[in-house]
Amino acid sequence: MSVRLAVRDMSKHYGGIEALRGVSLQVDAGEVLGLVGDNGAGKSTLLKILAGVIAPTAGEILIDGEPAQFANPAAAQAAGVATVYQDLALAGQRDVVANFFMGREVISRGWLGRRTGWLDTKVMSEHTVSELARLRTRIPDVHAASMDLSGGQRQALAIARAAAWTSRVLLLDEPTSALGVEQQQQVLDLIRRVRDDGIAVLFISHQMPDVLAVCDRAVVLRLGCVASTLGAGQLTADNLVGYITGAKTAADDTGAEAEPGPDTRPSPDTRPGPDA
Amino acid sequence: MTLSRQASPAQQVPDRKATSAIARYLDRCHAAVRSLWIGGVLIALIVGFSIGSPYFLTRANWLNTSSTATEVLLLAVGETFVICSGGIDLSVGAVLGFSGTAGAWVMAHGFAGAAGTAPLAISVGFLVTLLAGGAFGALNGFLVTRAFVPPFVVTLGTLGIATGLGYLLNNGQEISAIPASVATIGNANLGGWIPVPVAVTAAITIWYALVLSKTRFGAYTLSIGDSREAVVRAGINDRRHLFKVYLLSGFLAGVAGILVMARLGAGSPASGSTDNLNAIAAVVIGGASLFGGRGTIIGSVIGTGIIAVLITGLVLINVPPFWQEVAVGAVLILAVYIDQLRGRRRHRA
Repeated sequence: MSVRLAVRDMSKHYGGIEALRGVSLQVDAGEVLGLVGDNGAGKSTLLKILAGVIAPTAGEILIDGEPAQFANPAAAQAAGVATVYQDLALAGQRDVVANFFMGREVISRGWLGRRTGWLDTKVMSEHTVSELARLRTRIPDVHAASMDLSGGQRQALAIARAAAWTSRVLLLDEPTSALGVEQQQQVLDLIRRVRDDGIAVLFISHQMPDVLAVCDRAVVLRLGCVASTLGAGQLTADNLVGYITGAKTAADDTGAEAEPGPDTRPSPDTRPGPDA
Repeated sequence: MTLSRQASPAQQVPDRKATSAIARYLDRCHAAVRSLWIGGVLIALIVGFSIGSPYFLTRANWLNTSSTATEVLLLAVGETFVICSGGIDLSVGAVLGFSGTAGAWVMAHGFAGAAGTAPLAISVGFLVTLLAGGAFGALNGFLVTRAFVPPFVVTLGTLGIATGLGYLLNNGQEISAIPASVATIGNANLGGWIPVPVAVTAAITIWYALVLSKTRFGAYTLSIGDSREAVVRAGINDRRHLFKVYLLSGFLAGVAGILVMARLGAGSPASGSTDNLNAIAAVVIGGASLFGGRGTIIGSVIGTGIIAVLITGLVLINVPPFWQEVAVGAVLILAVYIDQLRGRRRHRA
């Protein structure tokens, strides 16, 4: 697996406040990297930088080894980095198809279609159905208003939409909070399927069980720095909580490394999958 | 625990499927049903007035009612787009009056007395009317999207500006020194039953009904009104689109200005003064949400029909004309109240 997203020495200062201090991490294609940390650890700042919402003070973003700079969210999206925020950004009264294709509507062929912007609703509906089915999301009716879906279905729609329009990196901000247990499992399954499509997933969460369930590795941020990068072997609730709270530091535990090394990344077949 | 977890999906799935199929069916019918019950109100009014007055179902009353409806409907079509986008345009009636007066002013002053210039005068006059409407639409759109003044305030301001400018053009008097053929066109009937303004309005209404429901322009309009954030995140230029929506509303007010001028044979600055609220009421009675994201042109057509029938019908059953506005206001509140009830029930379910 190749390194899809690499962040090098990322720093963000707001006046005298250092939100991020030289954070480095990398996500492989087809890997879910957890990004955890207490409030104020810098998770949201890093997410916003990667999504092109804010500019870093210093540091580098590499997509497939190529340096990338995101002047705005559109630039990040154009580079193949899609973001699903906590509020999901769905239009509640619009149906699933309209939300799925928002901003990417399919226009009927022919001169008249192009002149008038006539929507090819048949193609859009079929594509939405097939894409949602491929990712095995449980959305029964693509013509239902998105506000009539359950919380899990809405989350699934937002993730499936982002995954369908990105080929590289998917940033997920707390996708499983505010969901019931069964819906959490469905969303985690969906994240695994997106990962299996070869997309690099950065999974931000406060829900330790979900991090343990879906992530191949996890980066713990603390006070704007990487406190630890936990590989498959070290990914335990104990380690996560320890590094998040600062009870553990990299020096305490020789098993975890402050910088990601090639040996901390699991090979594809040892990764816990949906059928594991 | 393990057992029940495995068993429950198998037990629940058929149940859930059955109920969700019904819910889905109801949801799909929701918009249609809303139009239907409002349509039922319209039919009930027509039946009631027909019983109440022998003159209601006559050609004369049809011509009168449909003429009343055309200008409100044209404004309501533009207003539907604005309201669906989450905004409001209070200026449409005033823009109608101003644009018609401006067109008449150009016809009266630019081509006064010269024989044989009627076709040119009419063309230029109509063009000026459209441009005046479009200019106010563009001003509204610019102020809403670039100066970030709320639509209610912007269009309340342009309502005053357009009204005042319309009166200034001829000291508050209407301008009737326009080619006589304008009124001839405006009062001509196709087959004796379809006044030319009605035919023009019908064509425009059908076109914009398709634009709202079938095209990307309509989809963006509804999505912006539903969730501006979602639209912005999807990379859509929300401000450019909203500008176009207000431009459309002003442009259609200009078209209405032409039709009213053609019907009256004069440019009258006061001609749209009651149309502002009627147009908004028609859209809201037709089921559009003032919070944006929901609305149909067919609903606005029915809403316009209810208002037009109330206005002409009440006169025919000898109710003093001042009750017209009382009735329209009451129907407006009632329609929104019933819609709220339905929405509440839907959310509780």
